[in-house]
Amino acid sequence: MTDNVNKSRRNLLMGTSAVGVIGAGFAAVPFIKSWLPSERAKAAGSPVKTDISKIEPGQMINVLWRGQPVFIVNRTEKQTAVLDSLDDRLKDPNDETSIQPDFIDSKFRAKRQNLLVVIGICTHLGCSPKYYPDLVPQSFDSEWQGGFYCPCHNSRFDISGRVYKGSPASRNLDIPPYTFLDENIIEIGTDGGTA
Amino acid sequence: MGKIASSRTKSRNSLMDWFNQRLPVTQFYKDHLSEYYAPKNFNFWYFFGSLALLVLVNQILTGIWLTMHYKPDADQAFGMVEYIMRDVPWGWLIRYLHTTGASAFFIVIYLHMFRGLLYGSYKKPRELIWVFGMIIYLALMAEAFMGYVLPWGNMSYWGAKVITQLFAAVPWVGDALVEWVRGDYLISDATLNRFFALHVVALPLVILVLVVLHLAALHTVGSNNPEGVDIKKHKDENGVPKDGIPFHPYYTVKDIFGVGMFLLIFLFIVFVKPDMGGLFLEHDNYVPADPSSTPEHIKPVWYFTPFYAMLRAVPDMQMGALIMALAIVVLFFLPWLDRSPVKSIRYRRWPYKLMLSLFAISFVVLGWLGMQSGSVLQKLMAQILTGFYFFYFVWLFFYSRNEIYHEVPERIEK
Repeated sequence: MTDNVNKSRRNLLMGTSAVGVIGAGFAAVPFIKSWLPSERAKAAGSPVKTDISKIEPGQMINVLWRGQPVFIVNRTEKQTAVLDSLDDRLKDPNDETSIQPDFIDSKFRAKRQNLLVVIGICTHLGCSPKYYPDLVPQSFDSEWQGGFYCPCHNSRFDISGRVYKGSPASRNLDIPPYTFLDENIIEIGTDGGTA
Repeated sequence: MGKIASSRTKSRNSLMDWFNQRLPVTQFYKDHLSEYYAPKNFNFWYFFGSLALLVLVNQILTGIWLTMHYKPDADQAFGMVEYIMRDVPWGWLIRYLHTTGASAFFIVIYLHMFRGLLYGSYKKPRELIWVFGMIIYLALMAEAFMGYVLPWGNMSYWGAKVITQLFAAVPWVGDALVEWVRGDYLISDATLNRFFALHVVALPLVILVLVVLHLAALHTVGSNNPEGVDIKKHKDENGVPKDGIPFHPYYTVKDIFGVGMFLLIFLFIVFVKPDMGGLFLEHDNYVPADPSSTPEHIKPVWYFTPFYAMLRAVPDMQMGALIMALAIVVLFFLPWLDRSPVKSIRYRRWPYKLMLSLFAISFVVLGWLGMQSGSVLQKLMAQILTGFYFFYFVWLFFYSRNEIYHEVPERIEK
């Protein structure tokens, strides 16, 4: 059999097939790339401004930025007092893997100590966690120290958005860039160049 | 040649001849129906293959009709479903047939797969049938998930978000992959549009092709049966298996009876309890999609909950996604994991019967756990059962190697 192979024909055959495969590969590119976010989607998502003077102590408001919920919490001193004691129970108390602007410290995780600004999307699979401010035992945590709880897959975060050990989420809640335009107005989406 | 046909039979024959010379219609009919010899001892479990075909036809037909009244637009989709339910003549029926059909599809498929486990239908020479079946099951899961997103309720939105976020578990390219799948930085109109295209065009085409391959492979090697004996070993002088009967009319008639029984139950649900108390249609999905608020108790539709329970049981995102994927992947390898020469459970001994029962029970309980809110105790249960799910395959691999079994008869008795 192999004796009868016409070498030049065989080479032509192989060459043609190779060119065909490469061509098909190139042809696939536009089909695959057309799934990427469109120019319109890229252009959307400008910063949003919010008045924070009306948030009562202990209260949380929910602002949409780039289609995602951003939680703004006016924390009381009672709520932040526990932050020092939690390190042992947290996966990443020092923000080593967190996605956040450079100005964030690893305890309060905020520009103003009382005011927490986090993206309200669980870093596990993207649900929006619920705010459980009270320091009372919960069905999901008998030593609850106040914070956020994701009902989807039971991830728990402290009042600075840091994730507890034993949660399916592995990263602390993300913090968006933000800046204070004056005493009462916060702008989410710009970091004001202070970084 | 050239002679005019004198009788009616002759003209009918020549009409068939005209076709057969151009397309082997008669041969096809014989190969797959009137001279496709199936074992004579099919029982209750053998209804579910033909029922799966019936449900597929139902989904395609009602699906085409639904697209006539629906718009895949994030601002309008939720309203369009309400429009179908309230204003389109008979729209409520067509939609309920489609939504109930989705759940019925999975009930039928799960029973069909369990039949395969009972009688060893995945074993040599039917490995390819099983593998094609598994790919159909995967395609069906994708199809069901994307269909569930289309009403653009709040559960649609957050379900889509959670499931697409799973792609982030892929090493290195995860986040880029999520963006690529969504077509945006979040679940949006772009996502809804592409899911619509995949749900109504791409995946149905894929599923149809796979069903043809599944059946072609089946008709090449022939059907297994509850005894697990090979009927092709004993043929009569015409080459017909002695324990076989023609599929048509014997099994077409049997299947029509099955269809009747199925429709009785199916239509009862469609007319009386189409949401099945929140199991088939979830209450939270009657609230429009809201990107700022996750439903209090998020869970997938019942047919995904066993895998969802596994995902939740693992306290790490990448590991959880991996375990969930493996739970499905391992099923593909079943024909090679079960090394016993005996097919039917009837001739296997108590250890296999016990373990298969426990496996089935653990799958069902995992399904129940996936619907619960996930207390500490439930999480522990899910972890144990997930462990057992995988242990079953490991056990099977070693146990089946030197399995002691009852003697399998040569032919089907009775």
